[in-house]
Amino acid sequence: MPSLPPIERDVEKRADKAPVTGAFDDPETEEFVPDPLEDAYYEYLLRLGDDALILGQRLGEWCGHAPSVEVDLSLANMALDLIGQATHILERANNGDGDELAFKRDVLDFRNCLLVEQPNGDFARTIVRQLLYSTWQHMLFEQLVDSPDPFLRAIASKVVKEVAYHRELASEWTVRLGDGTDESASRMRDGLDWCWRFVPELFEVDEKLEQLIGLQTVPDPRGLERGYRTAIGEVLAEAKLEVPADQRPILGGRRGHHSEHLGHLLAVMQFLPRTYPDAVW
Amino acid sequence: MSGDWPLWEVFVRAKGGLAHRHVGSVHAPDQELALRHARDTYTRRLEGVSLWVVRSDQIVASDPDEAGPLFEPAEDKIYRHPTFYDIPDEVKHI
Repeated sequence: MPSLPPIERDVEKRADKAPVTGAFDDPETEEFVPDPLEDAYYEYLLRLGDDALILGQRLGEWCGHAPSVEVDLSLANMALDLIGQATHILERANNGDGDELAFKRDVLDFRNCLLVEQPNGDFARTIVRQLLYSTWQHMLFEQLVDSPDPFLRAIASKVVKEVAYHRELASEWTVRLGDGTDESASRMRDGLDWCWRFVPELFEVDEKLEQLIGLQTVPDPRGLERGYRTAIGEVLAEAKLEVPADQRPILGGRRGHHSEHLGHLLAVMQFLPRTYPDAVW
Repeated sequence: MSGDWPLWEVFVRAKGGLAHRHVGSVHAPDQELALRHARDTYTRRLEGVSLWVVRSDQIVASDPDEAGPLFEPAEDKIYRHPTFYDIPDEVKHI
């Protein structure tokens, strides 16, 4: 697949800041300095938006393949909720053009966490991934509802209801599969083993996130970790599943260091708009 | 897989003040998931404000072979229809 050039945001910003007068008219023209806060905010939107987009695409892969038609609809509904969230957030990040971000970036430019890009595996692994992500997303968005940023506040108050449902549904299925047959329980254990090493990334704080936390624009995910582990522990206990031992955490998604699975996902997701850029429907 | 699950009949209340209406059925392993399946299958487009699910095998149904004795005697009793007085326009859902 041909790789399109990255979006040159700096160039756009430079154009905005370019002096109206000629360079020789004003010898004290300021040199362009990127606003670090604006950069951190943009980065945060990409992280939230890409999480939703990639998990939505993954769940969409179940369409027509789920264990029953009812489950097919449940998974597709969640996928559509997430793609709707991604649309709002990526549009906000890119002046109304979310498609450009979704379809014209390559793997290294995606900022989703590694958990959401993990392949569906069997239904049990998909449910484990959903439980681990939706529980985190729900706890985060419950706090984003109080953000001083009007956009984050507005999107969070819409999203928090959708995600509460995702979390409940994933919890219900976790209990039924974990406390089901020997085979369903063993598949859930395999799913947990696969997904558990990606949990610490959800609570990772880097320099860019630190800036927004310092301004109290967004919650500090580290403050959510204890409650998260308790909540997951309760669901797993009800499901008669052991909380897996902590493994060496795998990080990097937030910096664009993804697993090999993301490229395959993007190849399917981006094929049409890249091959037929003007296609409409 | 869904063939292993019991069948549940789904009833949706479209809005406050209306009765629940039968809209279809879903397969589900138990009552909680039956409600979730009903929600995901039948209320995706704002169809309702309330849901009921009932195990299909808990419904007692009339025997189609007895339709004659059960229903035909009502055919010639038009005086049982409430058509002999006017209903004010303001009264809806009667």
